[in-house]
Amino acid sequence: MAARRRSPGPGSAAAHLGESLPLERKLALYRWMRLTRTLEERLVALYRQTKVVGGLFRSLGQEADAVGSCFALEPRDVMSPLIRNMGAMLVKGATPVEILKQYMAKGDSPTRGRELNIHFGDIGPAGTTRGFLGQISPLGDMVPVMAGVAMSFKARGEDRVGLVYVGDGATSTGAFHEGINFAAVQRLPLVVIIENNGYAYSTPTSKQTAAKQFVDKAIGYGVPGEQADGNDVLAVYDVTKRAVDRARAGEGVTLIELMTYRRKGHAEHDNQSYVPPGEIEKWAAENDPIDRYVRVLTEREKVPTATLAEIDASVSAEVDEATEIAERSGTPAPLDALEGVYAEPPRERPLWFREGADVSGLGQERPEGWGTWDASKGGAR
Amino acid sequence: MAGTEITYLEAIREAIDEEMARDPEVFLLGEDIGAYGGAFKVTDGMLAKYGEARVIDSPISEIAIVGAAAGAAHMGMRPVVEMQFIDFIANAYDMLTNYVATARYRAFLPCPMVVRGPSGGYVRGGPFHSQNPEAGFIHTPGLKVVYPSTAEDAKGLMKAAIRDDDCVLFFEHKYLYRRIKGVMPAGDHIVPIGKARTARVGTDVSIITYAATVHKALEAAERLQAEDGLSVEVIDLRSLAPLDDEAIVATVRKTNRVLVVHEDTRTGGIAGEITARINETCFADLDAPVLRVTAHDIPLPYAPALEDFVLPQVDDIVLAVRRLAAW
Repeated sequence: MAARRRSPGPGSAAAHLGESLPLERKLALYRWMRLTRTLEERLVALYRQTKVVGGLFRSLGQEADAVGSCFALEPRDVMSPLIRNMGAMLVKGATPVEILKQYMAKGDSPTRGRELNIHFGDIGPAGTTRGFLGQISPLGDMVPVMAGVAMSFKARGEDRVGLVYVGDGATSTGAFHEGINFAAVQRLPLVVIIENNGYAYSTPTSKQTAAKQFVDKAIGYGVPGEQADGNDVLAVYDVTKRAVDRARAGEGVTLIELMTYRRKGHAEHDNQSYVPPGEIEKWAAENDPIDRYVRVLTEREKVPTATLAEIDASVSAEVDEATEIAERSGTPAPLDALEGVYAEPPRERPLWFREGADVSGLGQERPEGWGTWDASKGGAR
Repeated sequence: MAGTEITYLEAIREAIDEEMARDPEVFLLGEDIGAYGGAFKVTDGMLAKYGEARVIDSPISEIAIVGAAAGAAHMGMRPVVEMQFIDFIANAYDMLTNYVATARYRAFLPCPMVVRGPSGGYVRGGPFHSQNPEAGFIHTPGLKVVYPSTAEDAKGLMKAAIRDDDCVLFFEHKYLYRRIKGVMPAGDHIVPIGKARTARVGTDVSIITYAATVHKALEAAERLQAEDGLSVEVIDLRSLAPLDDEAIVATVRKTNRVLVVHEDTRTGGIAGEITARINETCFADLDAPVLRVTAHDIPLPYAPALEDFVLPQVDDIVLAVRRLAAW
């Protein structure tokens, strides 16, 4: 069963909407996927140089599902990503500089060094914000929160839609269940995407649910459910666009299951010892979303290879420049730790043993931790 | 309404009503709060007055209620959500402590919302309709916690909580809902969060407490005045996060003898925190060790004989104050 589900072919409905995109937009999809992969490869290099302070989370092989789905949103819409949706964040306007600073715990990172990796956001009124809401680590929690965001759209009569990503593992949480059920009952303009990449950390989907497929859960919530090939970027766009259109038309929640595969470990330290031999290699060889889309572009759309090479070069240049900018930033000032727990009071007082103490040396040494790269111990390649 | 005595419960409703009338972003979300008006009828009449868009009956989903409130609050709305009994806030503990409490700090996200609900014992409610879970939330940076003992404070603190730019947990004592009455001050009555109240002025011994045990302490103080000639000061904290350190220190310096009383269980309760703060800031002002009268560390039982034994009573407070006075 698990083996069958882990080798999905291009079995989703024909990608009418995706295929009818103008070539310029199709090339944009390619660029976002390439940027996602190149930026993550740069992060791996920085991680091994110990410049990434915490863990590193890859979306290798899942770029199509993140990029293609978020591409179906309008700038005014709001999306909340999961840890493997850096591509969706880039589409929504997050910049490589922000992501690099965030991973390197810089003082001028989007969260001023308070949060890790891609846990940051920018939401508020349409037009002045980019519309992505930072996730937290407890899984499933963003579903009810995004239900609330969508509730504000409905209450104010705003023409905006919410999109929230969860992994296969998060479907087992109470927050997922309560959130999607609440949104369904309230008929909120919300799209819920389950990225089925086969594993939640080390746990295969067969140990996550007895359901034959996650999309079946839609029936229990009384909402439309659709499954698509998550490694076919146009199919992903297509299925998401239909759901977004339904939400925008007042037809409520859609549950989407995107079939994909996680080729890297949960995080960079994870050696994937639990994966059956050959599985990763098979997906890499036969079902890489970028390779597949390159074939679509060059064979069906007759895009010259040189055009894609130019995009690749511009992406590399963008990531190089972003890295230089991010590396120039400094670490946070220790006393900034006391700012902004509440609106009022705006800052906490240092405890008596820190009153007037010299704290300039804090945080200058990087201790070994679970998130750090140790070449002698190895890790995921 | 000015000049008319109303109950603690009606004071809460009046505050919510006034804030909903004042600010169209305020809305209510909870279980059975609309057509039914809430398990204790706190939101009675709100649906008829404000409609389904602003008085929303939810599924039995505390995680979704709190999570959706947070999402709406990020977007500028001001949700006031009900836990049907505050005991059920445990279901939303993750959402409150991991998501809501950290939102401003980790992501600069405003989260102006009120989570309110009937709390506390002395009502024969048994283990799941009598709890006082405030200590767990006071321990969480990013949350504010209030727990009024009078009708006036219930109204003024509710209005302050709805206007606060952060999440406020509003504990309502169900024993006080219809037993306690007050005349509301005229006009826009706001009680600032973080300020204690001197419920009774005294000079010999201080009792620091909050919620239903304020009334137990006041009763004990009257007996001690009559029977022992002791002048007992009673400080009603009203806000538990933040705590009013100034008021605590002031009463310690005044009487030099302190009893902390709460209905919550003892270990890890707020009395321990208050005792530690007194120890750190004004140890030299003490003429006796700080004593605590609290519930026993027992899940609250149903039978009156059992509940009365477990919870602090007036006699317990009288005994403790006499011990302090004799130190």
